[in-house]
Amino acid sequence: MYAFRYQRPSSVEAALELASADEEAKYLAGGMTLIPALKHRLASPSRLIDIARIPSLRVCERIGAGAGAVWRLGAALRHVEVAQHAGLAGDLPALTHLAAGIGDPQVRARGTIGGSVANNDPAADYPSALLALGAVVMTDRRRMPAADFFQGMFSTALEEREMIVAIEFPLPRRAAYAKFPHPATGYAMAGVFVAEHQDGNWRVAVTGVGAGVFRWEAAEAAIAAGDPVPSLERDDLMEDMHAPGTYRAHLASVMLAKARSQLSIGV
Amino acid sequence: MKISLTINGVQREVDVEERTLLADLLRDQFALTGTHLGCDTSQCGCCTVHLDGEAVKSCTMLAVQAEGCSVLTIEGLAQSYALSDGEGMSKELRRDREAVWKDQAGSSSAAGPPAFEVHPVQAAFAACHGLQCGFCTPGMIMASTDLLRRHPDPSDEQILEGLAGNLCRCTGYVNIVKAVKQAAAQMRESQTAGSSR
Repeated sequence: MYAFRYQRPSSVEAALELASADEEAKYLAGGMTLIPALKHRLASPSRLIDIARIPSLRVCERIGAGAGAVWRLGAALRHVEVAQHAGLAGDLPALTHLAAGIGDPQVRARGTIGGSVANNDPAADYPSALLALGAVVMTDRRRMPAADFFQGMFSTALEEREMIVAIEFPLPRRAAYAKFPHPATGYAMAGVFVAEHQDGNWRVAVTGVGAGVFRWEAAEAAIAAGDPVPSLERDDLMEDMHAPGTYRAHLASVMLAKARSQLSIGV
Repeated sequence: MKISLTINGVQREVDVEERTLLADLLRDQFALTGTHLGCDTSQCGCCTVHLDGEAVKSCTMLAVQAEGCSVLTIEGLAQSYALSDGEGMSKELRRDREAVWKDQAGSSSAAGPPAFEVHPVQAAFAACHGLQCGFCTPGMIMASTDLLRRHPDPSDEQILEGLAGNLCRCTGYVNIVKAVKQAAAQMRESQTAGSSR
């Protein structure tokens, strides 16, 4: 690991100020991706600005009532905290179920939702939930729909020094998430988040299968029409030593069927 | 950078380089070599310690991130269990164990720490042959005690899920699951015995 400075400001404003003074600075939250990258010398920031303990990034609250309510999850909430949040589990059990299945217990004790979303790993779990639920990414300067935020493999709409402060999830009528985890890493070989929105529309988001999370519109239309879901056709299927693209596409169909079978219990 | 943190119940002030990993701080500066470095890529879980009561991989966090936190390693586990009711122990049992600890402390030589009994999970790993080479064992035990905090009476599935972040290349996990179950039963029994007095 190359040397760097480490600072832990106590507010978002202080963190932004530190970042504005140093072009090579990076924000550090749980570090579950960044620290391995530092150890492999894949990144060499001049300073790490630790935002994991900033109180305003650690909220988990329901805003509003009834079907129009949203859940606001602070960017520094750890996966274990999302997984075990009783209020959230009552309203959006698919999301707490997703969080409970990320990585392993030690990773869930450190990793954060904001870190996962900012990193946008093409096999990460959270991006599929944001896309299927129509979540909004709140940063220090703007609000972005998830569909605009995620821009393909490890790419997002975040600008230099821009910080995610929270994610807002509208409540669906019902939703479910199913994934086939890689047996060694826990990352999704295929993960499918399906949601029926309050307006009756269906959204299906897929992770682990393409060059970044994507919506499976043909499946959404088929579910809405009550038709059989067609095979997944895409040009950017992920191919690697673990599985060819066609295998992952088939796995997406299987995970969608599994997620739909879970809709009645809402996970 | 100067930081303060609690390691196995003792408040410590240390000067560390920002890039020092927590695992390296524990091993190199405090000689707590029970925390093993297996893969150094956050896969194997041999470096698992408790940070404020939760299992984490100490090779995947910086020592400076642990500032102000309480770190528990395999070396402090038995004493922590003996002295705290944080691991699900009744106050009465804790008092009994404190008495034992004080006796042991009084009779041992001033040079070394008192000879604490092992944690029930450590005893069960030995009794059930939950290890062969033993390299993964400290991490397995730290992850096991964390999972037993969440699931005092775990199913096989909950044990495997709770140990998903720990790799063992010797045992095939069968005896590890057996050990965790035996320890769980013993800890529940101790708790009942303690609270009925």
